[in-house]
Amino acid sequence: MEVGTRKLLDRSFTSVGFLAIILMAVSLVILLQPIIIRGGKAFVFKGTVEYRKLMREQFGRGNVEELSMDLEEARLARKPVYDLLDAFENEMKEQDSSFRRQYRADFRELKELLEELLGPREGERRRALIRKQYGQTRHDRSLVKLRHVIYIEGYDYSDTSGMGVKVETPRAELFTGTSLEPLFGILETDIGKMMKPKLTVYWRFLFDKSIDAHFFGGIWPEMLGTFYLAFGAMLFAIPLGIITAIYLAEYAGTGRFVSLIRICISSLAGVPSVVFGLFGLAFFINTVHISSSKSVLVGAMTLALLILPTIIRASEEAILAVPHGFREASMSLGAGKWHTIVRVVLPAALPGILTSTIISLGRAAGETAPIIFTAAVSVGKPLSLFQTFSQPTPALPWNIYNLATEHEAVDEIRHVQYGMVFTLVMMVFLLNLAAIILRARVSKRLRG
Amino acid sequence: MEGSDTGGLLELNSSRKKDLVQVESNGQKNLFNLESAGKNNLLTAERFSVFYGENEAVRKIDIKIPEGLVTAIIGPSGCGKSTFLRAVNRMNDLIPGCKASGVLRLDGQDIYAQGVDTVMLRKEVGMVFQKPNPFPKSIFDNISFGPRIHGIRDKSKLSAIVEKSLRQAALWDEVKDRLGDNALRLSGGQQQRLCIARAIAVKPKILLMDEPASALDPRSTASIEDLIAELKGRYTILIVTHNMQQAARVSDLTAFFYEGDLIEFGETSQIFTKPRIKRTEDYITGRFG
Repeated sequence: MEVGTRKLLDRSFTSVGFLAIILMAVSLVILLQPIIIRGGKAFVFKGTVEYRKLMREQFGRGNVEELSMDLEEARLARKPVYDLLDAFENEMKEQDSSFRRQYRADFRELKELLEELLGPREGERRRALIRKQYGQTRHDRSLVKLRHVIYIEGYDYSDTSGMGVKVETPRAELFTGTSLEPLFGILETDIGKMMKPKLTVYWRFLFDKSIDAHFFGGIWPEMLGTFYLAFGAMLFAIPLGIITAIYLAEYAGTGRFVSLIRICISSLAGVPSVVFGLFGLAFFINTVHISSSKSVLVGAMTLALLILPTIIRASEEAILAVPHGFREASMSLGAGKWHTIVRVVLPAALPGILTSTIISLGRAAGETAPIIFTAAVSVGKPLSLFQTFSQPTPALPWNIYNLATEHEAVDEIRHVQYGMVFTLVMMVFLLNLAAIILRARVSKRLRG
Repeated sequence: MEGSDTGGLLELNSSRKKDLVQVESNGQKNLFNLESAGKNNLLTAERFSVFYGENEAVRKIDIKIPEGLVTAIIGPSGCGKSTFLRAVNRMNDLIPGCKASGVLRLDGQDIYAQGVDTVMLRKEVGMVFQKPNPFPKSIFDNISFGPRIHGIRDKSKLSAIVEKSLRQAALWDEVKDRLGDNALRLSGGQQQRLCIARAIAVKPKILLMDEPASALDPRSTASIEDLIAELKGRYTILIVTHNMQQAARVSDLTAFFYEGDLIEFGETSQIFTKPRIKRTEDYITGRFG
C-alpha cells in the first residue's frame, strides 16, 4: 500500500472514532437533559398556598403564622369568585325554570372545575380522598387547571382525512349576559393572589412517605425498596458468583461437562429478565414457599439469579487474567492452592471483580420485570429490615412503570414519575462513580 | 515411584549410559578435590526421569549435588534443565500429564515418595523465577508471605525475619525506609533480589534459580550475581542459566544437560577449560546451542 493511502486510512479511522465519541456524548446529553430538568421539578417548583397547607396538615411542617397569613390573603383574593358564584345561584333561583335548565349543567361543571383548582370551599364537608381536600399544590398545575376553567376544550373533526383539531372556546361565552360573566376575568388576573405561588425546594421528596398513591409526598418507600432489592441481590450473587468463578477458573479444568456448564452460564446471561421474574414466582414462591406471597427476599433472590452470569463470567476473566507468575511464586513458597487463591489471586483479581459487581448492582437496581411477580407493589410503607423477609415493597423501577401506565391520574403527577426516574438514574450513576473510584484505588494499590 | 518398566529404555540408552557413568565417577572424584571437601550431598538423583506424557524430558540422570555450593545447569533450550529444576520442588506437578520416575532425594528424603506433602517440600526448597514476580503487595508483605503461611503470626518475629531476609538479599539498605511501599515500584533488579529474599525468608535448604537474571539489564544482573556469591555457603544454590559466562562466574560446579541427558558434571573450572566430553566442548565453544 502506498504511504499516502495508508496515512489517509489512519487519519480517517481516527476521525471516525473521534466522531463516534462526540456522537455518544451528544446523545447522552440529549437523553439526560429532559430527565434532569423534569426530574428536578419534583424537587424545585413553585408551590402554592395549598401546598403549604398540605404540608402543615399532613406532615406537620411549615410556619403556622405565615401559613395563616397566606391563607387569609388567599381567602380575600378568592372571595369575589365565591361571591359571584353565590350571586349567580340566587339569580338562578329568581329566574324561571327555562333559565335554570339552560345553565344548571354548565354551572355545576364550572363549580367542579373551580373546586379542582382552588380546593373545596370553606365550611364544606371534608372529602374522603386526600387529593380532593386541597386545590392545586403546584403552580404549573394550577395554571393548567385555570385554563380548563376559562376555556372549553373541544375537537373539530370537520376534516375527516386527519385527526381532530383541538379548539378552545372561552367558557365565558356560555354565561354571557349573566352575573357570572366577570368571574373569568377576575380568575385570570388574580390567580397569583389566589394561589400565592412561592419557589419551593422539596428535598424531602426523597425521604417522605407517599400520600394518596403518590399524589403527594415523596418516594422514600421506593428508594428503600430499591436499596433492599439491589443489595439483597448482591448478598446472594457475590459469594455465589465469586466461588463459582474460582471453581471454574482454578479447579474445573477443561472437561466436556465443565464446558457445558460454561455454555449454560453464558446463555443464562441472555435470558430475558421477565423469564427470571416468572421463574422466581414459580420456583421461590409457588414451589419452595420461601414466603407466602411476594417479598423483598424472593425479589432479591430472583435479581441475584439475573446478575449471577455476569458476575461469574467477569470474575472468571479477572481471575484468569492474574499473571501465572503470582501463582507460581506463591506455590513455590509452600502455599497450598487455597492460600494461593485467597491471598494472592483474589486480591490481584479484585479490580475486575469489583467492576462487574458494581455494574451488576446498577442493573439489579434498575430491573423491573423480575420484581413484578416477586417483590414489587405499587403502594406501600417503608419496610424495616426484618419485614423484608415476608413483605413486598414498592421499588423505583416498578413504580416508574406503574405511574406511567396504570395510575388513574398520570397527568397530575408526572413530576413524581420524573422525580423517580431522576432519582434512579442518579442512584445508578453514583453507584458506578463509587465503583470507578474504588476500582481506581484498588488498582493503584496493586500497581504501586 | 521407581519404574519397573525402564528395562527396555536402559538397553536403548546403554551406549549413552556408559558415558554417563564414566562422567559420574569422574565427577565424584572431582568433588572430593574441592576446597569444600567433606560436604554432604544435599540433593541426589538416581536414574531420575521426568515425562511430559510420552515425552521423556529428563532421562534417567544420576547426580549428586553437594551442600553449600553453587551448582549451575547449562545446556541448549529444551534440554530439560528447567524441567529438572522444577522437579526438585515438584512445581511440575501443576502441569497436567507430567510424571517422574527414579529417585530424587533431598537430604535423604525421597521427594517423590508417596505421602510427601508438597507444601512442606516447597518450604525446604526455595525458588526464584526467570521473570521477577513479586506479589502486588507491600515489600513487607511480600517477604512475610511465606513465614505467615507457615504459621508465624507474631508481628515482631515477622519484622525480624523480613529484616534478616532483606539484609541477606542485600536489599535492606535500599528499602528499609519504605517497607510499606508496593513491591512493584522497585526496579527490575531490586524486584528479583526481593524475590530471592522472599524465598530465603522461609529458610529453605536449597534455593533453585531458573535463569534469574535473563530478564534483567547488565547492571542488575551483576547485582544478582554478587548476591549469589554472597549467599554461597549459607545456602545450596542450583541455578539454571543460558548465559555461560554467568555460569562460569558464579558457580562451583557445572552440569551440562543435552536433550534430557546429563552429559557432564564437574567442577566449573574443569568443565569450562578441559571438558571431558566432546559434546560439552562443542557447546561451550559455541559450535551448537
